[in-house]
Amino acid sequence: MPIFEVAGKQYEVDEDGFLENPEIWNQDVACDFASSEGVTELTESHWKVINYLRSYYLQFGIAPMIRKLCKETGFKLNEIYVMFPSGPAKGACKLAGLPKPTGCV
Amino acid sequence: MADNGKRKTKLLDQLESGPWPSFVTEIKKASESSPVCDDLLGQLELSYEEKQGHWKHGGIVGVLGYGGGVIGRYSDVGDRFPNVAHFHTIRVNQPSGWFYSSEAIRTLCDIWERHGSGLTNMHGSTGDIIFLGTKTSELEPIFKELTEAGFDLGGSGSCMRTPSCCLGPARCEWACYDTMKLCYDVTMAYQDEMHRPPFPYKFKLKAAGCPNDCVASIARADLSIIGTWKDDIRQDDAAVAEYAAQGLDIRKDVCDRCPTRCMDWDGQKLTIANRECVRCMHCINVMPKALRPGVEKGATILIGSKAPIVQGALLSSVLVPFVPAEELLETLQELIKRLWEFWDENGKNRERIGELIQRVGMAGFLDAIGLDPVPEMISAPRDNPYIFFQAETEEK
Ligand code: HEM
Ligand code: HEM
Ligand code: SF4
Ligand code: SF4
Repeated sequence: MPIFEVAGKQYEVDEDGFLENPEIWNQDVACDFASSEGVTELTESHWKVINYLRSYYLQFGIAPMIRKLCKETGFKLNEIYVMFPSGPAKGACKLAGLPKPTGCV
Repeated sequence: MADNGKRKTKLLDQLESGPWPSFVTEIKKASESSPVCDDLLGQLELSYEEKQGHWKHGGIVGVLGYGGGVIGRYSDVGDRFPNVAHFHTIRVNQPSGWFYSSEAIRTLCDIWERHGSGLTNMHGSTGDIIFLGTKTSELEPIFKELTEAGFDLGGSGSCMRTPSCCLGPARCEWACYDTMKLCYDVTMAYQDEMHRPPFPYKFKLKAAGCPNDCVASIARADLSIIGTWKDDIRQDDAAVAEYAAQGLDIRKDVCDRCPTRCMDWDGQKLTIANRECVRCMHCINVMPKALRPGVEKGATILIGSKAPIVQGALLSSVLVPFVPAEELLETLQELIKRLWEFWDENGKNRERIGELIQRVGMAGFLDAIGLDPVPEMISAPRDNPYIFFQAETEEK
């Protein structure tokens, strides 16, 4: 099991760096993972996306579709890429402590 | 281990014994310069022994700023085959019509040998150049070198996939519009959708210059653009006579194979009832010197084909029967806008647009995108004579 180490803390993650136990997530986790996804500072906008993802996940057990994410947070897709350079699936979901979205080719 | 220090691949070796080119032979050759190849063959041999795949499903890796272009792949036996523990695939946007200078190919291969397995697939079914097998840590360096050399990543995941086209007018006299230009223009117009997946699922577009459809767009693209003509087949009677003189059996090999039987050969004169011609290209393919597509050229736009992944396979069906060549790009952009709005609004997660149309029905779909039904949209006349007309239809 790979370990992600930051600021003296250790997290169990999968090979893509997603939190292995999504239930241990808290705001500190988001801050700790930010640098690994090219996010330098978590602004209010970042939190809006993270909190939306988190609450959708807790309610439905999966990540929302991209369209829904944009609609509900009011951000355009390329604005989300400016905030989370590695994108909503890899960057934003990782910071929100969601398990890895099961994508395909 | 065999004498040469390579892994033994008894089962894979059988794949080298036939008369055809073999990927096993090619990967073995590449293993001279890349240690990845030995582990790749080793893992595959294991899969053949155990009748079980060893690639894990669905990694998420990429480069900053893009949500597509790299397909993450990990081995579940990485401890035994460490060189393929990561084996990510990179899609690189191919040039329109797949034209390269040898220098461009060398540049690509050099980049790939520096940062990956050196194995390529020219080209994948999307049309992209495929780089097979690299580690997460190499992704940004590869991306940097590729873009410096003037290349870009292609689409993957729920992106607009890299558009592709036949080489069209570059080498083929049958092209009814400039496929390469259209492909380039469409690629440039939808950069956002290609690199940052916005859709419920993938969206592919392929452009063929004529109904021979050398890119198989009708079977492999959500939006298929197939060149066609509106007027009559151009016919050179002297050349027809020449084919006959050289022994071509025009009755048997041309007329009798015309799907609509709209051709007649009386031994002297070939007559085509062009109204009945369905532009299948058969006669033109058989007598290229005598017959040519007409001069009023353009394309048919078709929608919905896909391979069987989530649901069964579909072929594309006609959406716009004829668009003049000059209006093609503009028409496409307007159409694509409406298609995506409709798909966005109604598509379920991982539902291709063809499946969505099946689910809601063609009538509802046409209504939503604001197109009127026309007879060309029907693939075959229905044989049930009991058709119920609605009051509003009758009024017209
Ligand atoms: C009140 C009298 C009749 C009624 C209600 C009736 C009704 C029907 C119905 C419901 C069908 C099925 C349609 C379909 O397959 O789509 C049918 C088919 C057929 N009927 Fe009748 N029928 C009547 C009289 C007749 C008569 C008198 C004949 C012949 C002399 C006839 C010959 C046929 C034939 C050949 C078919 C098959 C049509 C096809 O291949 O699609 N029917 N009829
Ligand atoms: C074994 C018995 C039956 C068979 C195999 C049969 C078969 C069929 C078939 C194949 C069709 C064509 C469906 C289509 O393509 O739209 C049809 C249509 C029809 N059948 Fe039957 N049928 C049977 C019994 C009946 C009975 C008992 C009735 C009426 C009491 C009936 C009324 C109709 C009607 C009204 C249609 C036309 C429906 C439409 O076109 O929308 N059928 N039938
Ligand atoms: S699809 Fe038609 S125009 Fe394009 S290369 Fe094939 S034959 Fe030529
Ligand atoms: S193109 Fe096909 S349908 Fe048209 S005349 Fe030739 S063979 Fe017949």
